[in-house]
Amino acid sequence: MIEKLDQVFILLRDWLVQFLPADWQAIAATVLNVIAIIAVFPTLFAIVTVMERKGLGRMQNRFGPNRVGPFGLFQPVADGIKALTKEDVVPLCADTVVHFLAPLVLVVAVFMGFSVLPMGRNMVLADMDAGLLFFFAMGASTELSVFMAGWSSRNKYSLLGAMRAVAQMISYEVPLLMSSLAAVMTAGSLSLSRIVDAQNRYTFGLPHWYVFTPWGFAGLVLFSIAAMAETNRSPFDLPEGESEIVAGYFTEYSGFKFALFFLGEYVGMFSIAGLGATLFLGGWSAPLAILKWVPSWIWFFGKLMVAMCLFIWIRGTMPRLRQDQLMNFAWKFVIPMTLVNLLVAALWRFIGPGWTRWVVCWAILIGVYVLMGETILRKRHLGPRSYRYAE
Amino acid sequence: MTPVFCIVALFTLAGGLAAVTLKNTVHCALALTVALAGLALFFLRLDAQFVGFAQILIYIGAVAILVVFAILLTRSSEPEASGGIVSSRWLAGVIIAAAVFAVLGWAILRSAPALAHESAAPAVTVHQIGTALMGRYVLPLEIVALLLTSALIGAVIVAMHENGSAK
Amino acid sequence: MNPLPGYLLVAALLFAIGLAGALTRRNAILVLIGIELMLNAANLNLIAFWRYGPHPEALTGFLFAIFSIAVAAAEAAVGLGLVISIHRHLRTTDIDAMNRMKG
Repeated sequence: MIEKLDQVFILLRDWLVQFLPADWQAIAATVLNVIAIIAVFPTLFAIVTVMERKGLGRMQNRFGPNRVGPFGLFQPVADGIKALTKEDVVPLCADTVVHFLAPLVLVVAVFMGFSVLPMGRNMVLADMDAGLLFFFAMGASTELSVFMAGWSSRNKYSLLGAMRAVAQMISYEVPLLMSSLAAVMTAGSLSLSRIVDAQNRYTFGLPHWYVFTPWGFAGLVLFSIAAMAETNRSPFDLPEGESEIVAGYFTEYSGFKFALFFLGEYVGMFSIAGLGATLFLGGWSAPLAILKWVPSWIWFFGKLMVAMCLFIWIRGTMPRLRQDQLMNFAWKFVIPMTLVNLLVAALWRFIGPGWTRWVVCWAILIGVYVLMGETILRKRHLGPRSYRYAE
Repeated sequence: MTPVFCIVALFTLAGGLAAVTLKNTVHCALALTVALAGLALFFLRLDAQFVGFAQILIYIGAVAILVVFAILLTRSSEPEASGGIVSSRWLAGVIIAAAVFAVLGWAILRSAPALAHESAAPAVTVHQIGTALMGRYVLPLEIVALLLTSALIGAVIVAMHENGSAK
Repeated sequence: MNPLPGYLLVAALLFAIGLAGALTRRNAILVLIGIELMLNAANLNLIAFWRYGPHPEALTGFLFAIFSIAVAAAEAAVGLGLVISIHRHLRTTDIDAMNRMKG
């Protein structure tokens, strides 16, 4: 019974597919998988938007949306109808073709990333050997769509927002990749389902998640920072800094295209949070051995929602960074830390089991962290800021 | 010549052609990404999954972005002011390119009948690639690492302001 | 029929397009785009020969393509850095204007 519940979606798909002729079954199964992904994540997007607005409202001592439906829970429906019925305004001077293509490229690239994420036991669309590489390749393609959106609008705020976004995404893609490499090194595979399998083991009822190792913990923290910057979330939301550049690269978008950007941003967050959960938090595996009977997909989506709550909490807490702080933080702190973390992961592997590796790895990580923090603090120039202008 | 092959080839070549002929430089860069994506599809069709994904990650994610950044930083997105499309330079360039293609095409078509029959798809795992890179090809790998580091430093120094302050 | 000549023809055509672009355009960035196309055409050849060659299990052409991609990335970074630096001196990216050795 419990086995069946764990595999309920797989069984449902196989049951639906069996009514078709044999040649069509493989294709139909894939199509059903794709439909499931395209249905589930926008629904999650609707839930998370209302969650975010209400959560942020509470943090700012107000109610948040509470007019549509019970407790304002149908707010996303109203938002959706509004977005769909709005007039689609395209600026007169805009580059129409590129302006039209940008949101499509973004949404397609973002959804492609899900095809390699294992969302439960046997629940992965394409278990590729180079799955992680595929995920990052799709993530890299979103940068181009952001640039296309900003440039084609022929609006200086859009262009500034796009340049900021692209510079930020390129800078933080390096630590994102390098912090994931530590997990790849230990699991010995780029396939995400094999990385989950490597973590799905238990000693004394506790799982072998990578977050419970020194390098895994540091890796998860660095990964989360890079992920927040990669998805342009607060405190790294300069590309959309309302007080400076209106709405950044999607200033000139309205109606359905704007909704697509909004969707793309949130779905991108889901995919990157899912990747973080897969790499460091054991993906769909249960947090305790005695909880293994709970269906695996509940754990995956549970971890995803916890990550979303964390994102919302941070958005409600942290002020926005300045552009130079953002870049300095990436290149002078996060990237060196990920390099050290990679080294620590290698040491962890080669020292072998025992308490020595715990002491050595923690000592290196904390030592480097303290040293770098000291250096950065000492170098901080307090006083009048000098402005430099682009030429 | 399967239909898929023809579509991908058309896609790639159209992208390449647009990349070198369009007036607006940013459009050229975007057309270049179309051509590069088409090539990535070719690599996937040729069972080189790893190279295909690396192509998307490096070319579309990094090189294309670098190109558009350079275009915007040098403000060269306006169409170049050249006298007429058929200049002597244009004619010479196209003739040379056509000659090169003629020679290559002739060589390929001449040698085509000598080819063996289609071989089975080699199954390349990432593990094999890693073993090869760390074993037989470790020296080139190290040299590429050195090259990339020096290119990183070199690019920063070249693009840096001369009065000493970075960027 | 062996599909190799098809791939080689596409690569040759792409190479010729890149060459034409590099020879005819006057904007230094567009010349670089042409060169990138030529490099990519060479990569396609490498992969096609690896796939249909006698020893695909040796991975030679495959790894050659990976190294070629890495080198091309370095080339693009340095080349575009040079273009930006020249633009700062001469206020142009027209390669016809870059005919002096003095800055």
